[in-house]
Amino acid sequence: MSGATFAERRAAMGFCLHCWTTLLLMAVLVWASFAYLSLDLARLFSAESGRGMLQFVMRFFPPDTSAEFLRKIGKGTLETLAISALGTLLAAGAGLLLALPAAGRLGPVLKALTRFVLNALRSVPELVWAALMVLAAGLGPFAGTLALALHTSGVLGRLFAESLENAPPEPARSLTESGAAPALAFIYGTLPAITPQLVSYSLYRWEMNIRMATVLGFVGAGGLGQMLYYELSLLHEAQASSVIIAMLVLVVFVDAASAWVRRGQMRVGG
Amino acid sequence: MSYSAQQPRLRDPDALRRAGWALLALLVLWPLIVIAEFRPADLFDARNLAVMRGFVGQFFPPNLSGDFLGLVFKATIETLAMATAGIALAMLLAVPLGLVLTHSLSISRIGPGPDRGAGEAVRALARMALLILRGVPELVWALLLVRAFGLGPAAGVLAIGLTYGGMLGKVYSEILESGDTRPARALLESGGGRLMAFFYGLLPVAGQELASYTIYRWECAVRASVIMGFVGAGGLGQLMDQSMKMLNGGEVSTILVVFLLLVLLADALSVFLRKLLA
Repeated sequence: MSGATFAERRAAMGFCLHCWTTLLLMAVLVWASFAYLSLDLARLFSAESGRGMLQFVMRFFPPDTSAEFLRKIGKGTLETLAISALGTLLAAGAGLLLALPAAGRLGPVLKALTRFVLNALRSVPELVWAALMVLAAGLGPFAGTLALALHTSGVLGRLFAESLENAPPEPARSLTESGAAPALAFIYGTLPAITPQLVSYSLYRWEMNIRMATVLGFVGAGGLGQMLYYELSLLHEAQASSVIIAMLVLVVFVDAASAWVRRGQMRVGG
Repeated sequence: MSYSAQQPRLRDPDALRRAGWALLALLVLWPLIVIAEFRPADLFDARNLAVMRGFVGQFFPPNLSGDFLGLVFKATIETLAMATAGIALAMLLAVPLGLVLTHSLSISRIGPGPDRGAGEAVRALARMALLILRGVPELVWALLLVRAFGLGPAAGVLAIGLTYGGMLGKVYSEILESGDTRPARALLESGGGRLMAFFYGLLPVAGQELASYTIYRWECAVRASVIMGFVGAGGLGQLMDQSMKMLNGGEVSTILVVFLLLVLLADALSVFLRKLLA
């Protein structure tokens, strides 16, 4: 009450003008998005479309559990796992190779160039890579492997380069100073220090790649995704729901396994 | 004679173990390569090479014709609209489920009482619902919804709404539980309702983090909207899918560049908004 200005009182109330205008702007943008897409939410959630949805969902039960189809699902799951594993492995190798110039070990020009290449590889989403690789290598899991390898090389290359830059230089330097060749100094000096981190990044990416590998099949890159797309296109909803359940089981299993491995590593002190 | 002749041959004590691991790795690698149908020679198959050469050859110059750029612009706006509407729906789903899940807002947890079991059961149900929503990959939701609602952005918006609703719900509950929960608990213990405890107890502390995460997810949703276009949910992705199916390299390279610019723009916008709300 003593001569506090309007601005001071407003600030004391915690009134943030730009916060409120931002929120209002975002609300307007949300409303505009719905309007632009001509999405009539009321119609979407109306009774009749609800009934239609329910009918659609009921067609998915019961899932097909015949032995022959389960065998196909098993094969699809193995294919998905193989795509993700091989893709991540290739990416780890390529990432390590690209990390050397990207960490500046071969000069600043190569560093800039490699970082650009790594960014380009990472920015293109896996599905787009998969569609491109289907053109290059034909339908099937090979395209999926290549797609994951290309995208993940960009991700792992950058992570590996950062690890390399933060690695302690003393072991390698002491080796070179006592006469070792630079390549050997790298392998025995720097690499052992960063290997646990590299392996950890690669395993984490493998986990994510298993999820990606299940959907890459939608553009023809093999695995459970290709099966799902195929069954849905033929309107075999029962088979499709089996594939979806298999996908869920795979993801849950991988999450649990990796959590278990991580807890084990922590206990051992890794 | 010389020093090295008198030295016993040094043996690497680890050699046998490493050879064993290498053998195991090869044994695992071989079936992997077979199952994944890894045939690098296919890349150099005459037909595939011809297709790729023709396709990639058209990348430069990219298609910059007026009507195509108009199409791309409309598709970009559609993608942004899909992401925004999708996140809005996701928040609609995530806020109630997240609030139900938060045990800082749980009255039954405060003391021994009759409703403890019921409270836990409701929370477990909410957790399972969120798990299913997030566990199914968003592209699978998109594919199913395209079958249900037809081609176009409606399927994409709902798919983003469902998946990101699951993600946002879980993270909202984690954020609300991780901050300082004593004000909320004090309000609950003195008889205030849960909503009041949320708005006056938790929101002032956690509000900025909630908003920041939501904006980050909006940026992810922009990328997801593009990808969903590949299964028919509209936007840039559908345009790219169509151009690729027609092997039109010029159009694909234009769309790729626009996509990369869009991702950069969304990233910059997200960083700006998050700093603004700080």
